[in-house]
Amino acid sequence: MANPVESQIKPYTMNFGPQHPAAHGVLRLVLEMDGEIVERADPHIGLLHRGTEKLIEYKTYIQAMPYFDRLDYVSPMSEEHSFVLAAEKLLGITPPKRAQHIRVLFAELTRILNHLLNVTTFAMDVGALTPALWGFEERELLMEFYERVSGARMHANYFRVGGVHQDLPAGMLDDIEAYAAKFEKFVDDVEGLLTANRIFKQRLVDIGIVSGDEALAWGFTGPVLRASGIPWDLRKAQPYDTYAEYDFDVAVGKTGDCYARYLVRVEEMRQSNRIVQQAVAKLRQTPGPIKVDDRKIAPPPRGDMKRSMESLIHHFKLYTEGYHVPAGETYTATESPKGEFGVYLVSDGTNRPYRCKIRPTGIAHLQGVDFMSRGHMLADAVAIIGSIDVVFGEIDR
Amino acid sequence: MNEETLQALGAKIAAALPGAVTGTEIQNGELVVRTTREGLLQTLTVLRDDAGCRFTQLVDITAVDWPSKPERFEVNYMLLSVSKNLRARVKVTTDEDTPVPSCVPLFPAAGWYERETWDMFGVFFAGHPDLRRILTDYGFEGHPLRKDFPLTGYVEVRYDDEQKRVVYEPVKLTQDFRAFDFMSPWEAMTDVQLPGDEKAAIPLGASLRDGSVKK
Repeated sequence: MANPVESQIKPYTMNFGPQHPAAHGVLRLVLEMDGEIVERADPHIGLLHRGTEKLIEYKTYIQAMPYFDRLDYVSPMSEEHSFVLAAEKLLGITPPKRAQHIRVLFAELTRILNHLLNVTTFAMDVGALTPALWGFEERELLMEFYERVSGARMHANYFRVGGVHQDLPAGMLDDIEAYAAKFEKFVDDVEGLLTANRIFKQRLVDIGIVSGDEALAWGFTGPVLRASGIPWDLRKAQPYDTYAEYDFDVAVGKTGDCYARYLVRVEEMRQSNRIVQQAVAKLRQTPGPIKVDDRKIAPPPRGDMKRSMESLIHHFKLYTEGYHVPAGETYTATESPKGEFGVYLVSDGTNRPYRCKIRPTGIAHLQGVDFMSRGHMLADAVAIIGSIDVVFGEIDR
Repeated sequence: MNEETLQALGAKIAAALPGAVTGTEIQNGELVVRTTREGLLQTLTVLRDDAGCRFTQLVDITAVDWPSKPERFEVNYMLLSVSKNLRARVKVTTDEDTPVPSCVPLFPAAGWYERETWDMFGVFFAGHPDLRRILTDYGFEGHPLRKDFPLTGYVEVRYDDEQKRVVYEPVKLTQDFRAFDFMSPWEAMTDVQLPGDEKAAIPLGASLRDGSVKK
């Protein structure tokens, strides 16, 4: 047996993932370890790369929509939101008020959907199982709303350039209102399990601290940036759709550690719930069309197509050729649940995007895992990955 | 953000960086700053540090491929100023062989964005500390987002049960890739001469047969 005084632990390299439950999908993290201390973390991404941007270049604008659901499959409608806003900017159209309120309503339901999954699986990563079980049940209720408006639980494909696909079915607003009334209690329950929990705090407080300047320099956005004390929210700073009419607060953290990121997300769920309640009230007072009244962009109603030849032709042309978007380019970003989700859309005047660059939120955060986890233990790296909310559908595209 | 503010800011940036900035414009209400490869780092530094700009956040880097242009790649830097609530887009052009200076020393976030642009377009960034591929497979060849790269790619992978490993093979399509040309308009056939059309020009009472009309 070696002399304990002379024996040394050699630094070694360790593979974390891609088949690891705490890797949140298909992350392969190559860790250089000194004992149990992380010296360098090198994330290998791209295992879920499907060439979305290339595929979109070969599709019409309508056909490009479903790809956005499949990017960040935890918050599908938020991704659609950026794309429709970008295309609307190039087309120079504004959807009717009711459509904008519906979009805000669903963007916020999506935020709750996303944060529910993140907060609860994050808790699971650090050892708490119950929140995840509760959270999935609650998510299922939200997905029912998705299903009722779009027919699909997850890949909704509901937003359209110029509005949304369909109006809300009868009675839906009442059900959303009932859900929102109970949701605050659910957040209280989850917080009761986690926020003051001794083990939870031991695992998160002072782990992966990011200062405000670091967060800006590394391109962090969304809850991760706000947890570092930067009060930046695109819904407030550069409001899109009808966000300017809503009354909500921006949650800002103080410490920039994993615990602050958790707290910011919990508070954002409460604020989103407030917006949902306001949106329900506004939608009740805003009847009207849910897409632009331009048959060259939005399809005619089903009923018209049965009687009007012109409507039939419009429908046929829209779903084969699609609409032509004037040449130009735009970078349009929205505050998706994970941060700034941007679409850089270049049109050359044809019916297909010339280039559609998707700016995923998670790629900047994942890049930061290296500096955030240096000097921490291996288990802390798991907590850091959980706290930055990565989904590989959008990072790998 | 109104356009006059952006226009004034653009003019100020252009005046502060003679030589480096080749032009500024407003596209769809967004500020675009065109610069040269040599002046890129200087431009980005001024945009980041100038008290009137404070574009402290580099949100994204991407490229657009225009194969018909002499310098086919247009590299875009999306900048965000959190304190001034402004956005700007810096553009620089390059071709397959000419490197663009890396801006990792200015913005650490650029590391992965530049790796992605290299991976997808083959734009080389000089001075990048770790310019590996990022999204494509280990050992991938080519740059998929170039316009001359086919949508289907060149190789496909499958698990070979005999060799007990994943093998790479040339792409075999069971159905031809269909590309529809929607840009050709549906137009009346006005400039086409179909057989028999010449008769329409014959005056009443005349005939081709008796020679009163020249063919």
